[in-house]
Amino acid sequence: MPTVTQGGTRLWRRMSAEASFKRWVLWLIATAVFVWCWQKISAGTEWSFVLDAPAQGADILDRMIPPEWGYAKTLGRPLWDTLNMATLGTMIAVVIAVPLAFLAAQNTTPSGLFARPFALFCIVASRSINSVIWALVLVLILGPGVLSGTIAIALRSVGFIGKLLYEAIEETDRRPRDAIASTGASQGQVIAYAVVPQIMPVFAGIAVFRWDINIRESTILGLVGAGGLGLQLNAAIGNLDWSHVSVILLAIFATVIVSEWVSARVRKAVT
Amino acid sequence: MAEAAPLAVGRTWRRPPFIANARLRWLLWIGVAVYLAAALGTLDLNWQRMAQGLERGQRFVSGFLPPDFSSRGEAIFEGVLESLWMAFAATVVGIVLSIPIGVGGARNLVPQPVYAVCRSIMAVSRTLPEILVAILFVKLFGFGTFAGFMTLTFATVGYFGKLLAEDIESANQAPLEAMRASGATWLQRLNYAVQPLVMPRAIGIAIYRLDMNFRESAVIGIVGAGGIGATLNTAFDRYEYPSAAAILLVIIVIVLGSEYLSAYCRRLVR
Repeated sequence: MPTVTQGGTRLWRRMSAEASFKRWVLWLIATAVFVWCWQKISAGTEWSFVLDAPAQGADILDRMIPPEWGYAKTLGRPLWDTLNMATLGTMIAVVIAVPLAFLAAQNTTPSGLFARPFALFCIVASRSINSVIWALVLVLILGPGVLSGTIAIALRSVGFIGKLLYEAIEETDRRPRDAIASTGASQGQVIAYAVVPQIMPVFAGIAVFRWDINIRESTILGLVGAGGLGLQLNAAIGNLDWSHVSVILLAIFATVIVSEWVSARVRKAVT
Repeated sequence: MAEAAPLAVGRTWRRPPFIANARLRWLLWIGVAVYLAAALGTLDLNWQRMAQGLERGQRFVSGFLPPDFSSRGEAIFEGVLESLWMAFAATVVGIVLSIPIGVGGARNLVPQPVYAVCRSIMAVSRTLPEILVAILFVKLFGFGTFAGFMTLTFATVGYFGKLLAEDIESANQAPLEAMRASGATWLQRLNYAVQPLVMPRAIGIAIYRLDMNFRESAVIGIVGAGGIGATLNTAFDRYEYPSAAAILLVIIVIVLGSEYLSAYCRRLVR
């Protein structure tokens, strides 16, 4: 226990002198880096705009309230599109991600030399690009619309579902696998009877969790032209229709909260 | 005995289904089928456009190749740096702000009203998608890194605060009790009983959030909030696809690098 002697009595200290010096140096470095970063940001900022922000904010808020409720009636179709992008995207992602996960998991992969690195690469590449960027690229190729959004959602979700699922497969208990294999079962039968039952609850949880995230993401994909509520939002902001913007924001808020609630309920039920 | 006991011979074992309730299972399947029919029916796919798109996609992909790192090299480098310091500053400020909010969101440390206020701040911050916040902040603060910095800070508060609050709530309560018994003030309890317990995980979360903020900075730049995303958007707007491909590759490499680095740092802390 680190102590110091002060006037003949030993006093308790939380850290030894060396440890507290190390901490002090770390703090110093972190502070210096932060100050440097802040200077960079500050140099690129028009401070008069920032000081003006509260007035601007109040102005926008003033135009947003009251929301033009009649506009909500036209949001049915975009809302449906948003839900479809998220749901169909998740379904496509599941179809692609499940085989990838089995290829990527150390204990089920048919070949650690080719299949596993390939599957891992697919998972990593999909995960490192945000769905907004996928959508930006896909809108250029496939044209604006729900399809681009669906595929963007799917491409991004493959990595997420694939990663969590292959980790779950690697964590399965190997005893049931050995038991089934010792009855003379083929590799496919071992997976069907020993691995799948073990990962099923995890899998359902992951899929629903990703669906929930996808709902949130698909509400904004329209900003880059991929359909759904975001498209309306972009148009409303472009037209400076702030009373419409507030209605759309509330719709997005409500959708996200409902999907989060559904996902929490389902995850609780399966685990 | 009227009936003979059922013989095991001749019966086959069937795997128990995942959803034990047969009615629920069938209802779910029917629901999925109906939904799929409705969704695909309204998708209004334009096959002609897609066929065009494939051809166009080919041209587009070939337009991307080879990635051109040099002609916009300086802008890419600037963009990456901008993203990095934006992410770092936002993480620092976000965490400083979220510590009081996180502590206030821990049920075992504060009275009910404080708890409710702090939890609702976190809920709002986590529910709003970052790109929406970015649009709003760009309108408020003007284009550039400051709007991006504010967006990432806002997002960090919700994320870090929530995880911190949950950590405090689930940490071992015995030291807290012991400190209270020794007559320690609230601040002393926080400093000596709570902080040492949650610190290692909090540092891990902070590193992870830095990583996340960098990734997000690539996206919010598209709506004008500075960083590598802004560079990417400029490249798309100017139809400089080889440069855009280069930027995408740079983003992938940095995201991967930062992910491994953050995983390594977190393991180091733990």
